[in-house]
Amino acid sequence: MNDPSVSTTLPSRDAKPGRAAPLPVTIPEEKILSCVHCGLCTATCPTYTLLGDENDSPRGRIYLMHAVVQGRLPITESVQTHLDRCLDCRACETACPSGVEYSRILEPFRLATAQAQPSWKRRADWFRQVVLLRIFPYPERIRRALTPIRLLQKAGLYEPMERMGLWDLLPARLRAMLTLVNASVPAGPPLPDFLPAKGRRRARVAFFVGCVADAMFRHVHWATVRVLQENGCDVVIPGGQCCCGAIHYHVADEEGAKRFADQNVRAFPVHDVDAVIVNHAGCGAMLKDYGHYWKDSQTPKRQEFAAKVRDINEFLDQLGLVPPIHPANLTVAYHDACHLAHAQGIVAQPRRLLSQIPGLRLVPLPESNMCCGSAGSYNLLHHDLATRLGRRKLENILRTGAEVVLASNAGCLLQIEREIRRARAPVAVLHPMELLDACYRGEKPRGTTNGRMARPSRAGRNTSGNVAG
Amino acid sequence: MVGAENLITRPSELVVYECDGYTLEKETPPAVVFPNSTEAVASVVRVCREHEVPVLARGAGTGLAGGATPLGGGVVLSLARMKKILDISLRDRMVHVQAGVLNLELSSLLSDTHWHFAPDPSSQVACTIGGNIATNAGGPHTLKYGVTVNHVLGVTWVAGTGEVIQVGPEATSAEFDWIGLWTGSEGTLGVATEAWLRLTPLPLAHRTFRVIFQSVEDACNAVSRIIAAGLIPAAMELMDRGILQAVEDAFHFGFPSEAEAILVVELDGIPIALDEQERIVAQLCRDCHAQEIVSAASEEERALLWRCRKSAVGAVGRLSTGYFIQDGVVPRTRLPELVRRVANIGCERGVRIVNVAHAGDGNIHPILLFDERDPDEVRRAMAAGRAILEACIELGGSITAEHGVGIEKLPLMTALFSPDDLDVFWRVKRVFDPANIMTPGKLLPPPPRLSQQDEKNGQPR
Ligand SMILES: Cc1cc2nc3c(=O)[nH]c(=O)nc-3n(C[C@H](O)[C@H](O)[C@H](O)COP(=O)(O)OP(=O)(O)OC[C@H]3O[C@@H](n4cnc5c(N)ncnc54)[C@H](O)[C@@H]3O)c2cc1C
Ligand code: SF4
Ligand code: SF4
Repeated sequence: MNDPSVSTTLPSRDAKPGRAAPLPVTIPEEKILSCVHCGLCTATCPTYTLLGDENDSPRGRIYLMHAVVQGRLPITESVQTHLDRCLDCRACETACPSGVEYSRILEPFRLATAQAQPSWKRRADWFRQVVLLRIFPYPERIRRALTPIRLLQKAGLYEPMERMGLWDLLPARLRAMLTLVNASVPAGPPLPDFLPAKGRRRARVAFFVGCVADAMFRHVHWATVRVLQENGCDVVIPGGQCCCGAIHYHVADEEGAKRFADQNVRAFPVHDVDAVIVNHAGCGAMLKDYGHYWKDSQTPKRQEFAAKVRDINEFLDQLGLVPPIHPANLTVAYHDACHLAHAQGIVAQPRRLLSQIPGLRLVPLPESNMCCGSAGSYNLLHHDLATRLGRRKLENILRTGAEVVLASNAGCLLQIEREIRRARAPVAVLHPMELLDACYRGEKPRGTTNGRMARPSRAGRNTSGNVAG
Repeated sequence: MVGAENLITRPSELVVYECDGYTLEKETPPAVVFPNSTEAVASVVRVCREHEVPVLARGAGTGLAGGATPLGGGVVLSLARMKKILDISLRDRMVHVQAGVLNLELSSLLSDTHWHFAPDPSSQVACTIGGNIATNAGGPHTLKYGVTVNHVLGVTWVAGTGEVIQVGPEATSAEFDWIGLWTGSEGTLGVATEAWLRLTPLPLAHRTFRVIFQSVEDACNAVSRIIAAGLIPAAMELMDRGILQAVEDAFHFGFPSEAEAILVVELDGIPIALDEQERIVAQLCRDCHAQEIVSAASEEERALLWRCRKSAVGAVGRLSTGYFIQDGVVPRTRLPELVRRVANIGCERGVRIVNVAHAGDGNIHPILLFDERDPDEVRRAMAAGRAILEACIELGGSITAEHGVGIEKLPLMTALFSPDDLDVFWRVKRVFDPANIMTPGKLLPPPPRLSQQDEKNGQPR
């Protein structure tokens, strides 16, 4: 089911409703029944907006899952397709006045259906086994895998090759991944174990590093810890921490996810710090969920850890930002990462932080809280839908006339950056901490001229902060 | 005709279309089609007519009366993929849209102008213009701005014969009011595929406040007094204690937990006129024993207050797993009596009932709560619902103000209308839908006078 754009023509052995064995797992029916079928959530769902089939809407998916749980429907290929297509962006949860916990219905359901699949089938999926489960969670391996691309970027060959369509020769999912590689930005050295607060000490925090975030966005990490220092925070970077486990969890390797979770719980000295800071929404949402995913003797420890986790925007807003003195004379649009806005309910905080940057003009981004199509590994698994959502995001961004677009999540940054690069639009794609950091340091934010945009140079390199360079 | 990608026939995909916002009756349709144009809609209707297959239009499926439920089998014709905005003409105060465009999308599209589309059903985030036309939807601001029909300038209509008829958007006063006839026909006379809609200027200023009462009756009395004083607020919306609990749980607005009823009043117009109006309204509310009158302090607070009111029905899931909402309307002065009767009906039959009301319009939505898994509870709720509607008729009102008759209120049509009335309705229907394929079995009870003989002669079923 790699072609998600066509809904109804996939060949499938479809069984008649009413003859299915119930799913071998207990999905809390109460959670399903809390949906009163009002339909108020449908319009916020990106897949329904694109496809217009209620099977691809939150209400429809809940209905399908209910029918399966009741044994009215077997899990046919089409049921599976409609559920797989869900981005798990949780926009429906924000929209639902009845407080239906959609994600907590979907996730156990996905795990159960995956576990019901013969294990050879799962193991035979090379992409899942090798790329998602073996390379992704480890920053060093990602970095090594990226080396050839970084070399091409350095030689100025990456973009011409992309434009010639050379990537089209690769298998679809690998291609999708390749096109997402961001511009190479000087990453800086690995983070040390400790960075002291500047000025009066206001808090002591531990910093979460992650996998993709470290391999591809170490510059954002550096920006984040510097911002924390500026705001009077001692920053501890515990060794022994690892990937948050979200990738494993979302491709139904629950055990793998749990191993990562417990390693992190052990690594972080939660009693010694005021908060565990995370700067990418996807990781943050996962870390905050540690407490309820698994029930065993470790649960209290996981809950204790999860309770300390704060997104950087949330934390700074709570702490009270020390406003930067240097202005950013820029028109800026802010994209709401799903895992920040919908999963963590963090919407106003980043905007409040930005409003304290002198000179900055924050313009409203239409459909700012609609998924950009990145959604964790969705991008890699449902390329067509992801691309359509990416285009839509791009059009909305261009409509604002902003010079900088901000997102607080690795996946969104990669996805938006790719769209901007392909459109050769003069828009810098940054994490809010990069912008704040630049304003503390009195530097121009990467890819901007702070007031006037850098003109894309010959090959579009070294400019918008999103292009190979 | 529409292409395979615009057709669903697999059982496991059809189940999702077996009901709308009214979930007590369900039936899986044989097929769902997603036409992209008026022409495609017309072709689908023609084919259905040829094969005498019933067909019913579906917008977003937020209807609360089972209008979009394919009871009795029928091809579902979804307009969800017809959502192009065809033209915006601010100089003519008009937009031209396809029927699947969402209500709220219009207003957000116009957000940087000073125009909006006035009909604002509480489901406006999700429901479609086609659905609004078919049910003649109203909303909190209906009190001052009128219902959907007052805002439709033209329609492209596919009749049950498969013919395409365009009426408007230019006014031709000499013509019969087709739009008035079609609006509110719940899909029984055909399908709206495009519409020209009137835009309304945004008011220069608002005053929005919440008034807390010790009883629903006091709140209703206040509403009548305000109207009697010659004021027409933009909206007067009521929520009772039961629903407030769900709303507070959802939005944490900070309504006092001991409030028995809250009236949300909005005045709009020119700023200087509003001060005086606000003073009068506040005085009249106090005369009716209002406990507290609080103005929305900021635009955000106003937006949240409206979100609370508009999402109230959707928040019912916090109180119960199943619900069933009534849509009774009575002359405004009889509202207190209706409220009393509703409460009694709930007590007598052991059904928990909470209320929201477009109080200014005398339109009340008692929401009957039940657990879908308990057949006895469902039965009691349905009986209570019926009793409420009978009370509405007795008090000189009607069984629906805005949600439509659908399948849910069908049995009561004979109580409300005489056989002669119904006969006229049927004659009108036959003009547009001679084969009775457009959503049969909805809105109109079967014509009693037609014998089997007539049916054989090719008369409608
Ligand atoms: C939480 C909630 C709050 C609500 N609040 C209000 C309210 O304040 N005011 C109000 O009036 N209603 C309200 N409703 C009811 C409902 O939203 C409205 O009736 C709405 O107009 C239905 O639009 P829809 O697109 O969902 O239509 P659907 O539910 O899909 O269809 C409704 C009826 O219209 C017909 N229909 C749909 N599209 C077309 C078309 N293009 N041509 C011909 N017939 C068509 C269908 O056959 C059906 O009979 C509410 C519903 C919910 C769930
Ligand atoms: S998930 Fe919530 S908003 Fe969506 S249909 Fe169910 S109750 Fe309504
Ligand atoms: S999580 Fe996102 S994609 Fe999935 S049903 Fe909800 S809104 Fe749609």
